[in-house]
Amino acid sequence: MRDFAELFTALDRTTKTTVKVAALSEFFTAASDDDKLWTIALLSHRRPRRTVNTTMLREWAAEAAGIPLWLFEEAYPVVGDLAETISLVLPEHCDAADVPLTEWIDLIIGLRDVEEEERKTAVTDAWRRLDRVECFLFNKLITGGFRVGVSQKLMSRALSKATGIDEAVIAHRLMGDWTPQSTSFSDLILSGDVNDDHSRPYPFCLAYAVEEDVDELAEPGDWLAERKWDGIRGQVIVRNGEVFVWSRGEELVTDRFPEFHVLAEHLPNGTVLDGEILPWRDGRPMDFQSLQTRIGRKTVGKKLLQDAPVILMAYDVMEDRGVDIREIPFETRRARLEEIVEEAASPALHLSPMLAFDDWPALAAEREQSRAHASEGLMLKRKNSVYHTGRRKGDWFKWKVDPMTVDAVMIYAQRGHGRRANLYTDFTFAVWKDGELVPFTKAYSGLTDAEFNEITNWVRRNTLEHFGPVRRVTPELVFEIAFEGIQKSKRHKSGIALRFPRMRRWRRDKPAVEAGTIEELFGFLNASA
Amino acid sequence: MALLEFTDRGIFCRQADVYIDPWKPVERALITHGHADHARPGHGTYLCTEAAAPVIRLRLGDIALETVSFGETRTINGVDISFHPAGHIPGSAQIRMEYKGEVWVVSGDYKVRPDNLSEPFEPIRCHTFISECTFGLPVFKWRPQEDVLAEINDWWRENAEAGRTSVLGAYSLGKAQRLLAGIDEGIGPIYTHGAVENTNAVLRAQGLSLPDTTLVTDEQSKGDYGCALIIAPPGALGSNWMRRFPKASTGFASGWMAMRGVRRRRAVDRGFVLSDHCDWTELNEAIAATGAENTYVTHGYTEIFRRWLEERGYHARIVETEFRGDDLEEPAEGEGASA
Repeated sequence: MRDFAELFTALDRTTKTTVKVAALSEFFTAASDDDKLWTIALLSHRRPRRTVNTTMLREWAAEAAGIPLWLFEEAYPVVGDLAETISLVLPEHCDAADVPLTEWIDLIIGLRDVEEEERKTAVTDAWRRLDRVECFLFNKLITGGFRVGVSQKLMSRALSKATGIDEAVIAHRLMGDWTPQSTSFSDLILSGDVNDDHSRPYPFCLAYAVEEDVDELAEPGDWLAERKWDGIRGQVIVRNGEVFVWSRGEELVTDRFPEFHVLAEHLPNGTVLDGEILPWRDGRPMDFQSLQTRIGRKTVGKKLLQDAPVILMAYDVMEDRGVDIREIPFETRRARLEEIVEEAASPALHLSPMLAFDDWPALAAEREQSRAHASEGLMLKRKNSVYHTGRRKGDWFKWKVDPMTVDAVMIYAQRGHGRRANLYTDFTFAVWKDGELVPFTKAYSGLTDAEFNEITNWVRRNTLEHFGPVRRVTPELVFEIAFEGIQKSKRHKSGIALRFPRMRRWRRDKPAVEAGTIEELFGFLNASA
Repeated sequence: MALLEFTDRGIFCRQADVYIDPWKPVERALITHGHADHARPGHGTYLCTEAAAPVIRLRLGDIALETVSFGETRTINGVDISFHPAGHIPGSAQIRMEYKGEVWVVSGDYKVRPDNLSEPFEPIRCHTFISECTFGLPVFKWRPQEDVLAEINDWWRENAEAGRTSVLGAYSLGKAQRLLAGIDEGIGPIYTHGAVENTNAVLRAQGLSLPDTTLVTDEQSKGDYGCALIIAPPGALGSNWMRRFPKASTGFASGWMAMRGVRRRRAVDRGFVLSDHCDWTELNEAIAATGAENTYVTHGYTEIFRRWLEERGYHARIVETEFRGDDLEEPAEGEGASA
C-alpha cells in the first residue's frame, strides 16, 4: 500500500485543490484496478466496518511497543488520535515488502470471522510489516475511522482526468448502493451503465450562500424564490415499482421513512424528486427535534410514526418518466413538478410553494417572516438553471435569516480532538438566572486558531477545578453565541436546547456581569413558536 | 538540607547563594543557555559558558556577565560548580554542583545526539539529576538527523525546480543554525529573517562555520527570492512579513511536528521532525547514564514521566519550573523557546 500511503501523504499535506486532483489522478492512472476501486470507496465513505474493538487494539499496541498500558493511555489524548498513537509508539519498520491496499483490506474484513487470538496475531504481525504512515492508515482502516479531505467533486474531477470520461458522468456513476465487493472498477467507472442499478440517485445540486446583498443577483425577474426548509435533504426515487429514499449524505434511508413507501403507487415509474424530509403536523413543520428522533432509528415503530410523521416537501424533479431532465431549465422542471405532485395526490408529498415577489425589498420582507413559517430563510433559483452536479456558483443561492444571538459566559473548557488535540476548544456557556450562571449550551466552532491559542493559555492560568478532561474556569470570558433555533427541552437543566450553536465572536469588550439572561433566551422561544 | 532547593524564583543553591536559570530577578544567576525562558533579564550577575555568552549579551544587553570554559570548576563557598556540554544548542550547558562529595546536575535543555554544530552532550555521573522531559512520551522517536535534512533538501530542491521560494520556520537561536549547517547550500541562495541573521552574526564571530546568508530587507524585490531558501522564526510565518514571498512553500522544523494534529494546526505545507531535545529513548538512556539515585523531572510531561521512572525503580519527583507554561503544549509563538 505504499502508493496509497504516498497518495494519502500528498492529500494530507495540502489544501490546494489542484495539487489534490493531480495526486489523485496520478494514483488513478497508475494503481491496480482493485486498489483504485477501494480508494474510491474509502474516499466516498464506504469504509469497511470496524472489526476489532479499540480496547483490544490499545492493549496489543502497548504490548508490542513494550510499554505499560497506562502509559499508552496517557499518550493517546496528547496525540488525539488512536490510530496515530499506535503508529507512533510501535517500533518503525521501513524495510518491509510492499503489500497492496486491497490485500490489507481483505485481511481486515477477514478479522470479523476469526477468534480473538488469531485476530491479535494477524494485527500485530501486520504492524511489523508496515512503515509508519502505512501503519497509521492500516489502523484507521481497522477502526473504521479513515477520513481524508477530498470532496466527491475533487474525486470525480481526478477520475475524469485519469479516464477521459466526463466529470458529471463520473459523479453520477459514483452515486448509489455499490460496494467494492459488489462491483469492479471497470463496471463502476469505465463501462458503468447508470441504468443497471435502479436505486442509483443523482448527485445533489447544492447552493451557495448569498454573500453580500441580493442586489448582486441583478434582475429579480430571472429568479424563483421559495422557503429554505429545515429538515433533511432527500431524494425520492420510484423505478420499477420500487421506492428508494436517499439522504444527502448518500445513505439509503428508505426503511427509516415508511411514509414514502406508498409513493410507488402514486408516482409513475421513472420519477426522481428532490426535496426536504420534514416532520409535519397540522399543516406545518414540527420542530427539528422531532426529526432527530427519526434520524437515528433504523426501525421505526408505530408510536414514533404517530409522534413524528414525515412528508417530502418536493422542490425539484430530475427524472421524469425515466428520462433524465436535469438539463432542462428549472422553470420548466418546476412546472412539471407541480403536475407530478398534483397527480400523485399523496398526503406524504407536498409541493414547496413559490413566493411571488416584484423586487428585492419585497423578498427581503418575506425573508423576515421565515421563522414564523418554521423555515431558516429563502432559496433563490435561477429560472433557466440546469440541475447541477454538486456545488456550482451562480444559479442556486440560500439566503438564510440572521441567526439568533446571546452573549454568554464561558464556564467550562475541554480539549479538542485530532487537529485541535492540544487546544481548549470545547466550551460550556452560561447565562444569568436570578444572579447565578446557568449552563445552557456547548459550542466548539467559530473562532480562529489564534483565538483558540489565546484562550488555551488563558484557560491554563484560570482553572478553578479539574474534572477529568474538563476544567472549570473563572467565569470571565464572554462570547456571542449564535444559533439557528431554540426549543424547550426537559433533558437540559436550563430548560432549552439550541440548534447549531457556535461562537460568533469573542466579546472582549463585555464583562461577565453584562452577559445575557435566561429570560432573553425564553423570549426567543416565544417569538419562534 | 538539600544542595538545591526549588523556590518561586527558580532552582536555588543556598550554600553558594546562586540560582540556576531563575525566572525572577536574583542576585546571582547561573545560566545554562541563551533561550529566553532560561536567560532572563534583571539579575545582578550572570555566569555562563564562554560559548553561550555572546548570544546572551546580544539578547540581554549590558549585563554583569562572567564566563567559564566547559569543564572548568568555580568554587563558591565550598560548592564546586562546573558547566558541561548539553548538546542542545551551541554553548548550552548542564550545570554540575558538588558539595562535600554530593553531586547534583541540572540538565537545562539537552540533546544527546550530536548535531555537528553544538558541543556534543557529555553524560555526567551524579547523585541527583534534574532533567527536563519536554518530549517524555513514547510517541516521540526521532529519525536520524541526516534523514530529516535530506527530506528538507528534497523539499527545497523540488520547490526550486518549480520556481517556488521555500520558507522554513525554525527558532532563531539553535535550530536555525543547525539547519544552515546541515542543508545542501548548492541548491540555491539562502536568505534569513533579521532575528536569525543577528544570531548568525554572533555565532560566526565566535568561530562557528555557517554557509553564506543574506538578510531579507525591504530593498529587495519579490523577484529576488526565486528558488531561495528563507529561514525565519516561527512567528514570522503567519505574519505580514510573508507577503514578500507570494509564491512560497512553507515548512516548519520542530519535534512537535511528529504529531499530525500539531502539523495541521501549524498550517504549513511541510512539517519536519527535528528537535533540539531528547526523544523518549534518549531521555531514558540519558537518565540511566547519570547513575543518579534521585531524579527530578521538569518541563514537559512531568507527571507521566515521573510515574514511568518510579515504575522502573527510580526515585523520581517533579519540579515545577517556569521554563514555558505549566502545560504540555507546543511552545506558543514569540516565547523565544525552542523545540
